[in-house]
Amino acid sequence: MTKQEMKRAASARRRKRLSGVSRTLMTAISVLFLMTVAIIFVLPIVLTMTNSFMAESEIAANYGKIFTSVTTAGTYVAEKVNLKLIPDMVSFSQYETVLLKTPDYLFKFWNSVILVVPIVLFQTTVALIAAYGFARFETKARSLIFFLYIILMLMPYQVTLVPNYFVSELLGLLNTRWAIILPGIFSPFAVFILTKFMRRIPSSVIEAAKLDGAGEWKIFTKICAPMSKSIVASVAILVYIDYWNMVEQPLVLMTKEAVDLHPLSVFLSEINTGDAGLAFAVASIYMVIPLLIFLYCEDYLVEGVAYSGGLKG
Amino acid sequence: MQNTVKPVKKRTPRPHPPEKNKAEQCRDRARLRELRRTRWFILPSFLGVAVFFLLPFFVVFYYSLIDNPVTANFVGLDNFFALLKNIAFRRAASNTAMFSAIAVPLAVVLPLLFAILLMQKLPLKSFFRTVLISPYMVPIASVVLIWEVLFHYNGMVNEWIMALGGEAIDWFKSDYSQITIVLLYLWKNIGYNMILFMAALAGIPRDIIEAAQLDGAGALRTFFRIKLPYLSSTILFVTILSLINSFKVFREVYLLTGEYPYDSLYMLQHFMNNTFVSLDYQKLSSAAILMAIVMVIIIGLLFLADARLGRDIEE
Repeated sequence: MTKQEMKRAASARRRKRLSGVSRTLMTAISVLFLMTVAIIFVLPIVLTMTNSFMAESEIAANYGKIFTSVTTAGTYVAEKVNLKLIPDMVSFSQYETVLLKTPDYLFKFWNSVILVVPIVLFQTTVALIAAYGFARFETKARSLIFFLYIILMLMPYQVTLVPNYFVSELLGLLNTRWAIILPGIFSPFAVFILTKFMRRIPSSVIEAAKLDGAGEWKIFTKICAPMSKSIVASVAILVYIDYWNMVEQPLVLMTKEAVDLHPLSVFLSEINTGDAGLAFAVASIYMVIPLLIFLYCEDYLVEGVAYSGGLKG
Repeated sequence: MQNTVKPVKKRTPRPHPPEKNKAEQCRDRARLRELRRTRWFILPSFLGVAVFFLLPFFVVFYYSLIDNPVTANFVGLDNFFALLKNIAFRRAASNTAMFSAIAVPLAVVLPLLFAILLMQKLPLKSFFRTVLISPYMVPIASVVLIWEVLFHYNGMVNEWIMALGGEAIDWFKSDYSQITIVLLYLWKNIGYNMILFMAALAGIPRDIIEAAQLDGAGALRTFFRIKLPYLSSTILFVTILSLINSFKVFREVYLLTGEYPYDSLYMLQHFMNNTFVSLDYQKLSSAAILMAIVMVIIIGLLFLADARLGRDIEE
């Protein structure tokens, strides 16, 4: 350490001691502020879940003024709307109805699953293969295609649904699940993120395999694909959450007779006005799955989102 | 979160014929041929994109220039002029623009604030991060009920307002209606932008900050003089990304208020949906093309921002 450095360090230490009190205060204020924000952020989630354990009569009493259809003649409705964190009496009756008595909700849930699972599986698979092609060797043509993918990825549904609709009509896919699944599989989002990741695989790794006589397919399946495991998980989560929440596509591509094929993400808003109590239970079931995935895989999600920042590289 | 290290750009191996003997040239050419063969990896994806997005876009373009699919007379830009005069389209466009003007600044500033707070040494840090991101995972349809309980005319928010002596507001059916959607949008999207900012903050070299602190710069000074310039391109990136995302707002409105919402909530996607119902191909196509053009301009800005982003980090 030179004399100057020592002096600097000493002054830094002094400042640290001086600002100790105000730093504690700042920390306390920050934590308090974040705590308030955190409560506001989780409240809608928690309330939906706790309210799903209210019996129909309690829902009617608390929210009868809002969801008027839940009140029938003779039910008690409180003067004021009551937003309750904890039900007066925990009841599983709504879940019983949803899961055992009315298969309609389970059908819609199944609709969601059968739309989303193939999209997640095949979009990541197709994209992983394509990403290798984009990352392994850059030519003018490939850069141009990749550029098109990025533009396509950023386009809102107002733009992409129109071509989707025309193709589905031409191929006779309208009002079938394929009208949503097929464009979903080829949606460029996963390609974008996976290519970014693959470009970061050091070429020395690949060259080494090459010297051992491995062909491109073998390099892909034996080296690059296994190396991409965690980013594939990230992408799968992001794709899953996007399609689990889909609304626009079913509304446009499945109309009239195909309304029965609608996923729960659309159907939920239709029960909202009808059976509020049931809707709370269905809404809870529907969001508990992505939330559990999130709690177990938060780091994957964060990595995936961080990768989506920045267009190149 | 390792979004910070800019990789060394991979160079395509180029043969240098004059310096090499025949055997080497031959091997280089074989190598290049093999590398070119990796185009087959892209093919499945590209075919799908071409069939479902790129090729039909030409059809869209064609429809936007003819009078109707039966007689198919070329009408130039008439469809576009008709669209721009269309009252419903104008309302949808101006509502969407209004929404963007309110939501985008908030969707940038708030996540930045949270990101900075969460990068400090704080207790419960990872818990806060988890909580702030969690709405991103929740399907909008699942929380719509709570929003209704809160903002319905007989809802909680109005009860609170009246308890404080104010007057009840019809949140979904008045000029305040956009506020409810902005809140829902922010609630859901703040976490995503926050992650982007946290990644950028983590990418600021520690030694620069430490040097500044050693030189006696306080927290505020360090932030404005060092971190903010470093973040400027990320801020630009997030702004434009949020702008693009704000054009996509429809889901929230549809799930809360259905297909025919209050006037000020009638968004571009509502216009599209209603046009899909009437199957007016000309209107649909010209609207899609027009929006595509606007989007391409904004995306162009995004690329410019991104070019800056890359340069800043490499410097």
